[in-house]
Parts: sequence; C-alpha cells; structure tokens
Amino acid sequence: MLGEGIVKGLAETARNFLGSFVDEERLTTVEYPEERLPQAEAARNFPFLIYDGDDAEKGLRCVACQICEKECPPRCIHIEKSKDKKPDYVGKQQFYPAVFDIDVSVCMSCQICVEVCPFEAIRMDTQFELSTDDRFGGLLWTKAELAKTNEYYHSIHPTEAGETDARLDEEKAKVAAKAKPAEAEMQAKA
Amino acid sequence: MSAMVTRVVLEEEESARGVEGELLEISMGPHHPSTHGVFRMDVRLDGERVTRLKPVFGYLHRNHEKIAEKASYLAAIPYTDRLDYLCSMTNNWGYALAVEKLAGIPVPERAEYIRVITAELTRLQNHASLIGFLLQDMGASGTPLMYAFREREKILDLFESLTGARMMCNYMRFGGVRVDCSSEWLEAAQNIASSFPQFLDEYEQLLTGNEILMARTQGVGALSAELAVNAGITGPMLRASGVNYDLRKVDRYGIYDRFTFRVPLGDHGDVYDRYMIRLLEMRESVKILEQALAAIPEGPIIDPKTRLRGLRPKAGEAYGRIEGPKGELGFFLISDGSTNPYRYKVRPPSMINLTVLEDMCLGRNVADVVVILGSVDIVMGEVDR
Amino acid sequence: MTQAISVEEIKAAMEAAVPGCRAEILRNESPSAQHSLLIDHEHAVNVAAFLRDDMALRLDFCSCVSGVDWPDREITEKVKVKKTVTTPEGEAQEQDVEETRKTMIPGFLEAVYHLFSIEKKHGPVVLRMRTVNRGGDARLPSLTPVWRSAEFQEREAFDLYGIVFEGHPDLRRILMWEGFADYPMRKDYVPPAEDDVEAVAK
Repeated sequence: MLGEGIVKGLAETARNFLGSFVDEERLTTVEYPEERLPQAEAARNFPFLIYDGDDAEKGLRCVACQICEKECPPRCIHIEKSKDKKPDYVGKQQFYPAVFDIDVSVCMSCQICVEVCPFEAIRMDTQFELSTDDRFGGLLWTKAELAKTNEYYHSIHPTEAGETDARLDEEKAKVAAKAKPAEAEMQAKA
Repeated sequence: MSAMVTRVVLEEEESARGVEGELLEISMGPHHPSTHGVFRMDVRLDGERVTRLKPVFGYLHRNHEKIAEKASYLAAIPYTDRLDYLCSMTNNWGYALAVEKLAGIPVPERAEYIRVITAELTRLQNHASLIGFLLQDMGASGTPLMYAFREREKILDLFESLTGARMMCNYMRFGGVRVDCSSEWLEAAQNIASSFPQFLDEYEQLLTGNEILMARTQGVGALSAELAVNAGITGPMLRASGVNYDLRKVDRYGIYDRFTFRVPLGDHGDVYDRYMIRLLEMRESVKILEQALAAIPEGPIIDPKTRLRGLRPKAGEAYGRIEGPKGELGFFLISDGSTNPYRYKVRPPSMINLTVLEDMCLGRNVADVVVILGSVDIVMGEVDR
Repeated sequence: MTQAISVEEIKAAMEAAVPGCRAEILRNESPSAQHSLLIDHEHAVNVAAFLRDDMALRLDFCSCVSGVDWPDREITEKVKVKKTVTTPEGEAQEQDVEETRKTMIPGFLEAVYHLFSIEKKHGPVVLRMRTVNRGGDARLPSLTPVWRSAEFQEREAFDLYGIVFEGHPDLRRILMWEGFADYPMRKDYVPPAEDDVEAVAK
C-alpha cells in the first residue's frame, strides 16, 4: 500500500517522542551549563606543568630538556633554559625552564608532549571553559599559569596520577639505594 | 538555496539550441548546507536539468602532506586525525600500517584486536551519521540525523574514555596502540555491539520502506561497475555498484582473516543501493565486533622494540592501505633514512570518489545533485587535506 | 598484499607486448619490498593500456598517483685514478692517485602509480615515470585516458609539483587557486611569511 512506509516511520517517531516522557534513556540532551555530564577520566584538553609541594618555582618537575618543544606537532611550546641549576625531586642538580610558554590557540590537544616527557612533568588538563576576550595574550599561557599542583593532578586523573607517583617513588628509591651502594653490598655479602 | 546564481548566455550553445531557453550557470557552494563543508560545484543547468558539473574544492587545503614531511613519524599521527575527522581511528590505523610496512614493525596480538574493535566502532558511527546526513540532504531535516547522533554519541563517549578525546583520538601508534583498554571498557563496547542491531531495526523501520525515500533515491545517480572500477571508486560506493572488493577480505590486513563476515553488494549502483549497503555493512561490523570482543587476548599493546620518538626507517618506500569507512585509505611513504618521511602521500577516498560526480549527475535535476553528493560520503578535511 | 606476479615477469610481459618500450626495475630495500618499474614516456600509455587489459594481469584499478620531487644534488666521491707520473729520474710510471670528484645529479620530478587488480585481487604494481628535469621539461604523458581514477590525482600532482601531464582532459589547479604561481610541495618551495597575508592571498 502506498504510504505504508511513511506511516511506519511516523509510528517509530511517535514511539520515540512518547517514550521520552517515560524513559530517561530516550532523553539524550542535557541543559548545559546548568546541568553537566560527568567527564571521562581520560579526558584531555590542554597541557599543564606539575609541581610538587607548595612552591611552584621550586617544585616544578620540568628540567627544560626541550623534548616536548621539539616533538610538539604544531610547535606551540616555547622553552628557555635557565642559566643556573636547582635540585629536582631526587635531589639531583638540574636546569629548569626560565620561560615555558604554550600558545593554546595553536595547541591541538594531541598529548604527544605528555607521551615524550621523560620526567612526568607535563600532563593534560580537563578544563574546557577557557574563553577569553584577548585572543593573543589571553591564549598564551606562561609558566605561572601552567603550573599546577600534584594534588590537582590527582583530582582530575586519579588512576594515571597514582601510576605516575608510583613510578617516581620507585626512581627515588633506586637513587637512594645507589647513594649507599657500598653499604648495600656489604649487607648483601653478609 | 543559498547558492549564487549567475545568468550566463552561452552564445554558441544558445544558437545551437534555438529559442527553447537559456542556460543557467549556478555556483552551488562553497557555503551551502548540502555540501558537507566548504565545497563548490559549478553547475550548468538547462531548466532543472544538469548539463555540466565541475566540482571545485581546496577551500580547506592546508598542505597536510608538507606538514607531515616536515614532522617526525610520530608527530604526523595527530595530523591524520584531522583528515577525515569523523573517523580518526581508521586514519591512524592507515598511517600506522604504512609505517609498519616501511619499517617492518610487528604488532602484538592484543593491539590488533583493539584496532579492529575501534575501527569497526568508527565504521558504525560513520555509516550511521552518513545516513542521517543523506536524509537531511533529502529534506528529512532532523529526525534521522538525530537518531544517528544519539547512537554516535555513545560510541564517541567510549572513545573519550579510552583515548581522552571524542573525535581527535590520536590513539594508534606504529607497533600497537597508545593505551590499554580496561575490562569495563570492553564491557561497554560489548553493550554497544549488542544494542546496535536494535537501533538498526529502528532506523530501518523509520526509513527503509519510506516511499519518499525510495522515490528520491531509486534509480538516481546510477553508477556502472565498469566506470566505478576505472575511476578508482572504492568503499561502499564501489560495492553498491556490485563489485566485490573489500580490503578487509582482499588484503586481510591486521587480523581480519580471523573473522567471519559477509560483504554486501548492490545491484544497481544507485543512491538507494548505497544507502542499503551502509545499513548492511553496519550489521556486518557488529558481527566483527562481537567476534573480536569475545576473542581479545591479554598481552602487550605495543611492540617494545619500536622507538616511537626518533624512528628512522631504512631508506625505501611503502604503500599501506586499509578499508576506511569511506573507501580505500592509502598512505604512500618514502623514507630517506631520516627521522621524517621524505614523501608522505595520502590517498583520500572521499576525493577520488568525487571523480564520477559529474557522470552521476548529468541529466538529473538539481535537487538530485544534492542527494547524489550526500550518498558519496565526503568529508572536506580529507578531500582538501 | 602479496605480489602474485613478480616485477621481472611483468617487465618481460610488458616488453613483449609493447615493442620498443624500455622498462627498468627499481629495487626497494625496505621490508615492504614493493619494487617498482620505471617506464619511458613514449610508450607509457600503451604500456598502461596493456597492463589494464592483459588477461593475466588485469590491473584495472589505479589506486594512488603521487608526485615526488627529487631536487638536483651534488655527490662528492673519492675515486682512484691511474695516472702516468713522471718520476724524478725521468721515468714514466703508473700510479694510483686519489681524486675528489664532484658530480651534479640533475633533479627530476616523478609520478608514482600504484596499480591493483580488482578482478584478480593482486597488487600493488608500482609504475614510475620521471621528467627530464624540474624546469621547463617537467612533462609526462597522462594516464588518465587509461584509468580515470588518475584524473584528480594527476591534477593534484600538477598543482602541487608542477608536473604537466600531456593528454590530460582537464589539467587545472585543484587544491590551490587559479593564478597561484608556485608549486608548494616541491622541496625548494619557500612559503610566504606567516603574517604576510597579501602574499598568501595573491
């Protein structure tokens, strides 16, 4: 019968429409910004720098090795190495970034910088409401804006942060063990 | 229609045609709701009939190939996401496959399974939204597209929880994948695989028997098998013309030889067949998903010997291709032994499938052009690169 | 993707079917082992038609057409040359002398065609053609009359590399705009400064 297909289709639409009154599943939209969907733990947006402790200058994990700067596909990272050195998390003297800028208007959120960082210093943030009325200065983030605490990292990516901390602790333990190898050897012999 | 219309009197043609009327030259696009982005067609019309059609593109051209030639092998991966931005997973895979061929990199078992699962999920969401867009082009504004997007959203949520991004996944690496998936994730993927056929039934109930859809698509934009093969048409469009050529069966790249699935073929090569092929392919994709999810082994997800950063393949070249949702997605790489490819070329299925757009549209009404273009399935990020 | 038929067999078949055609096998040392066949200009279209129509090969599907730029390069090599040297005693003597020789290898543009067979399900067979130089003689015969799939891709190679495909039905720029002067994919292309909007939009 001509029109049967159309009627069937309309019945399907009606079923979906009426279903939305009884079934939560069929209501797929939320009223942003009043209502928000939970974010996935793995969600990523723009990078930030992690620091340990309370002092952003002192605790910054970045040692200005510039690997991320070289590997960044759109080249949105700008680093200037310091002249002097400061101790890193295991106590070794390291350089630190005198300047660390990310142009987030260029950044494409690909996470390559996180992958190549050997010092667990750069991670991806989840914040996405970042509009600004200054399209140049407002989107060029400096070291001060990028630095965030390890606790903050734990709050946004708990699983990943836990793994990172475990890795760092392991390294610290290794360094501590190396610091007194003679002692360890003596103990092993005994 | 927001197209710019210019009235052109073509002297020689007018004199040949006598007094019947004049030809109209319409520039459809680049900002036209039916062109899926910034795409233009220079159409010459005799009344409503198309007598010439020349696609014009490049508005989104960013010289993707040059960018990749200046970047390292690793840094090119996020750029491939942005080719066909609906299917970043399959783009990643195509590129990873080409690099693996070039450098002879093995891929662990588990990574192969994850690749198949993510690629088939990508195919599902691409085909579902394509049908939505096709119906949108036909004038069924909203409903079919929204139904498709409702399902697509579930798949994108899955991608986000795995890779961190909904569309720009940047997930696959040469030698494997970036992060492992959890058992909860696999369970969620299983839920989608088992609920998807219901959505397909619903979709078919809504559309397949619809008289308007049939009137608008059957016999429209027919493409013969000979022309399709000669013009290099690939993917669902080629199979709608009745040519049995699916790279998952022919090349058996990855681990596709382990799954049983069928390759649906069309008879007429018209828009309706292309619509139907995509519906059937989704059902086959669900079958592959079910099998892959049942058989996925534990193990490493990336080849431990492969250096991602600073990969230097031996001098040589390789052409790797996969069956993307839109057709054969190929990557041609030439290495000169340095850290970045000497030549990096993408074989974009959407662009090459446009070769026969004029042949399909000649003699049809201008309203059919929109439907035919919709059935080709183009994404401008890939056409223009 | 196994090569069911080796390049040597294809070369032999090609030379038998198209009299006078010259083909050269270019080895590919990478693990992909996709060797290619370099063919000459005069017989290219006939060779292509043969590859497409031959019942054993049936390479009916031209998948990918790529342009490649190989700029001029200078090779410095040390060569041992036998020279007649007159010794202090007045005798002529042959000696091995090492000389540094610099050779300019002229650059060329290349079009690479990846062919497959949909009917026989084999491939890829890689065809290559090279232009005489990168300047005024950057010409190649178009294979679009044989495979229509080359139409847009040859236009792209023309647009981005400046290879003129003779016999192409509609050779216009495809991604760049008409009136753009340069060939952006060439290795020696210098892009305009980022803030120089005028130069970009010219």
